[in-house]
Amino acid sequence: MAKKTTPQLDFNSSWNYAPAPEDTKHINLKKQYELFIDGKFVKPAKGKYFETINPANEEVLAKVAEADETDVNKAVKAARNAYNNVWSKMPAAERGKYIYRIARLMQERAREFAVIETLDGGKPIRESRDIDVPLAANHFFYYAGWADKLAYAFPNRKPQALGVAGQIIPWNFPLLMAAWKIAPALACGNTVVLKPAETTPLTALKLAEIIQESGLPNGVVNIVTGAGKTGAAIVNHPDIDKIAFTGSTDVGKIIQKSIAGTNKKLTLELGGKAAHIIFEDAPIDQAVEGIVNGIFFNQGHVCCAGSRLFVQEGVADMVIRKLKDRLETLIVGDPLDKNTDIGAINSKGQLETIHKYLKIGKEEGADMYQSNCSIPKKGYFCRPTLFLNTSQSHRIVQEEIFGPVLTIQTFRTVEEVIEKANNIPYGLSAGVWTDKGSKIFNLTTKLRAGVVWANTYNKFDPTSPFGGYKESGFGREGGMHGLSAYLKF
Amino acid sequence: MARIEVLKTYKIYIGGAFPRTESGRYYPLHDQAGKLIANVCLSSRKDFRNAVVSARGAFGGWSSRAAFNRSQILYRIAEMLESRKAQFIQELIQQGSTPKAAETEVNLSVDRLVYYAGWCDKYQQVFSAVNPVATAHFNFSVPEPMGVVSIIAAQETGLISLINAVASVIAGGNTCVVLASESKPLCAVTFAEVLNSSDVPGGVVNILTGKVSELYTHFANHMDVNATVYYGADDNVIKTIQELATLNVKRVFIHNEGNGSSVDAQIPYHILDTQEIKTTWHPIENIGASGGKY
Repeated sequence: MAKKTTPQLDFNSSWNYAPAPEDTKHINLKKQYELFIDGKFVKPAKGKYFETINPANEEVLAKVAEADETDVNKAVKAARNAYNNVWSKMPAAERGKYIYRIARLMQERAREFAVIETLDGGKPIRESRDIDVPLAANHFFYYAGWADKLAYAFPNRKPQALGVAGQIIPWNFPLLMAAWKIAPALACGNTVVLKPAETTPLTALKLAEIIQESGLPNGVVNIVTGAGKTGAAIVNHPDIDKIAFTGSTDVGKIIQKSIAGTNKKLTLELGGKAAHIIFEDAPIDQAVEGIVNGIFFNQGHVCCAGSRLFVQEGVADMVIRKLKDRLETLIVGDPLDKNTDIGAINSKGQLETIHKYLKIGKEEGADMYQSNCSIPKKGYFCRPTLFLNTSQSHRIVQEEIFGPVLTIQTFRTVEEVIEKANNIPYGLSAGVWTDKGSKIFNLTTKLRAGVVWANTYNKFDPTSPFGGYKESGFGREGGMHGLSAYLKF
Repeated sequence: MARIEVLKTYKIYIGGAFPRTESGRYYPLHDQAGKLIANVCLSSRKDFRNAVVSARGAFGGWSSRAAFNRSQILYRIAEMLESRKAQFIQELIQQGSTPKAAETEVNLSVDRLVYYAGWCDKYQQVFSAVNPVATAHFNFSVPEPMGVVSIIAAQETGLISLINAVASVIAGGNTCVVLASESKPLCAVTFAEVLNSSDVPGGVVNILTGKVSELYTHFANHMDVNATVYYGADDNVIKTIQELATLNVKRVFIHNEGNGSSVDAQIPYHILDTQEIKTTWHPIENIGASGGKY
């Protein structure tokens, strides 16, 4: 048999694309952002500000107010006041119309939002333009319609609003997560205090501008920026009825513990380490695309990323070869460039975490493979990375890395892969590739995960509930099932 | 000479068997006249852990049974309970109920089982959804059982509270470990005998007797328990359960008013409490769709 006669693909030499950067001139970005409380932009009590930077070039984008307990208290008071005096008294259909307005305004300013999302967070413009922003607007649109139809979702029950919701969101989908939190909360009749992540506050603050523009009554949505301390002030505030958190499992556990013994309702959308399973009878080329989308979408900063690949032995060599070839074609670089596939890692801290895991993986004896692409000298970037010869006990297999790092294991039987896939504390998502329908349903029913993609991966929709089993959190966001998180009966 | 009565030994129920507590400890149960009725097992942490192992072992089989079959089994429990009505009434009277109250409680318990038996193959339809996503995918969400549920039943009643707590959990395909009322444990043990003769696979329901104060922390901190249900109003117990549950992000459900004895307590939303919602996506091939006449 001929050995190694196929030349190595080299996309760095003759396949250079001309730069195709998205224009940034049209966006409206202030030098300094204040807190959005009671319908107004107000300075923080202590006058403290922090900088938010563009992770692709490490330049400062804006200064952002840091809210302390006094500011959070003010925001909660505004939210309570708005709930008691305005929002809870408004006919549900009118409430819905405000949410429709927000959706429309976001659609109108979609491109501006996309550019700012990419500048602040480092994600490729193609993703913020085609996924984050449209999905965020659609989320408002979807839940707007629920506002006056809630009783139909809960047969034989009388749904009622909870009151004031405190919401804390992560940096991987800043605007989309704000939409996931605010839209259902408002539709169900609650008012909101939302804290965006400290590295990506800008689109939430732009959303505050839209909310102001929409004429939404003052105090219905309040947006306070800051880091962990600001979040803790929200979680521990006695006049909040509901906490919704998306972020790491570690922080989720701290939040669950801090509200023990209170009457606060809680939903947690936490970490994941999804099994992505490729069977011998899968459409292999499509599966390879699915694997790439599963782990390299948004630099792998995705709680439901398909970060644990399981390939059936018979096709393992072929899948890995095709995957390596495909890796070479991925363009890592300027997030604003429309050709870019993998943008900047969100922050220096996160890049360090990823590097720490790359080191751990090598020390554990796994074989690391990275694509040969060039990466920009400035900014935080990481080449797409595969770890081969990994085993179930490796830390890189068990722990969430939250970066463009895929671990690869092989398997022989269905029983084996189900056992391995489920043998982890997480249970957010999973993926299965096979052309056999009965096998799909066998897998999708036995995988202990809240979202299962079969012959596709990383798809999202406002109508589709999202959320985890086990230590990936509880409660659902999206769809009809996402309503109960913001209601009592 | 009068015949010597044969007294029953009240044991616990783990994995379909009736062991004594491994701790070897017991507490005496007296009737209102102060006469000893029985020595009841004081279950230990080890008993609880053994019960969780049994419950986990039974989960795969129970959760993957046809919903229709689970429904038949719950109905069978009701039949067996009905046929031993007299014994349960007598035990409730022994533990302080009036004859009328005892009969009402047993009737209610049988009816509660029939109620949830009926839901076994219906709640999925009520709580599922086909989601009209904007892309070419078929997308649906269905409830699935959480797994192993630890339950601390209400203290005030001996039978209905236990049955109310257990029925909604197992109707949904979960398995459970339940701690019976400390002061009224007799019916719980006798109910285990009913379960044991009702085609309920061993390990699906495990019943312990003993003290809430000794066991509730273990019910909440075990890493292989997915959810904890507490019927009671002790604020310290509630807070501690909620704190310990965070170790593995356990779901916690507190019922601090009512012990399940009212008819209003039966509701399919209690089944939904211990269900996860799973959403499945699959692409739809789009060949021939645009303008196609089909």
